[in-house]
Amino acid sequence: MLVVVNGTERELADGSTVADALAVIDAPPTGIAVAVNGEVVRRAEWASTALAQGGSVEVLTAVQGG
Amino acid sequence: MDDPFVIADREFGSRLIMGTGGAANLAVLERSLLAAGTELTTVAMRRMDAAGGTGVLDLLRRLGIEPLPNTAGCRTAAEAVLTARLAREALETNWVKLEVVADERTLLPDSVELLDAAQQLVDDGFVVLPYTNDDPVLALRLEEVGCAAVMPLGSPIGTGLGIRNPHNIELIVSRAGVPVILDAGIGTASDAAQAMELGCSAVLLATAVTRAQDPERMAAAMRGAVEAGRSALLAGRIPQRFWAQASSPAR
Repeated sequence: MLVVVNGTERELADGSTVADALAVIDAPPTGIAVAVNGEVVRRAEWASTALAQGGSVEVLTAVQGG
Repeated sequence: MDDPFVIADREFGSRLIMGTGGAANLAVLERSLLAAGTELTTVAMRRMDAAGGTGVLDLLRRLGIEPLPNTAGCRTAAEAVLTARLAREALETNWVKLEVVADERTLLPDSVELLDAAQQLVDDGFVVLPYTNDDPVLALRLEEVGCAAVMPLGSPIGTGLGIRNPHNIELIVSRAGVPVILDAGIGTASDAAQAMELGCSAVLLATAVTRAQDPERMAAAMRGAVEAGRSALLAGRIPQRFWAQASSPAR
């Protein structure tokens, strides 16, 4: 299935979870947060939250600013 | 602590809150933050890029400086609330510097969206520090919905124009039951000192240091200015007079 991760389309196996999408982009284990289709998915739920075809995953981290 | 600065339930020794935006690199930023003596420093939330760096966060942690996530770049209450919730997840803090700006040219706060977002985030358990216009009425409204501080601008972000309406800042301070933090517009040390003399509890600045020709030196200047301004306020300045008053005895 195709899922958009931080604006880039990625081919993931059917049934992939948030944790699988994070592995694909080599996300660090801490210091990041995830939203799927505009809703925050808490860290504890990354491994159990399944993604759907056409879903949008945003992975954010802290950068210099403000 | 002699004259502690308290927000919500936390006590700070430094009244200078720093931003990290605009620093040429992390080494310069580190020296600047150390020279500023800050204990609370803002970061922005953005998409993780290919480099995957969390360098600024690692730097703050190493220096023992509390990161304060902001919602910079958000234009609506909905965007700001989502960004704050993501920041809470990523940084494991329920503190947020709430920014909701109206347009890119002025970066002035959108007061309607700001108040809406502030209410939602307070209800969701956040310690909300809103970046606001220098509007004494709005400052009260933000306090009423439960913000832990109010952070009026001196002038637009990054302009270095200083405090354009000192009387408004005094009005805000005179009625506030929460700390007032002068945020945005500081250009040089005298602006920071003025904010403190007007009664602000703290100053938040970034550009004035990070884009100065010598950021580390300017950070030290800002630290001194904030301390001097605070001391001058507590010391109680003389009234201003129209005519001269001799300071030497007449005979």
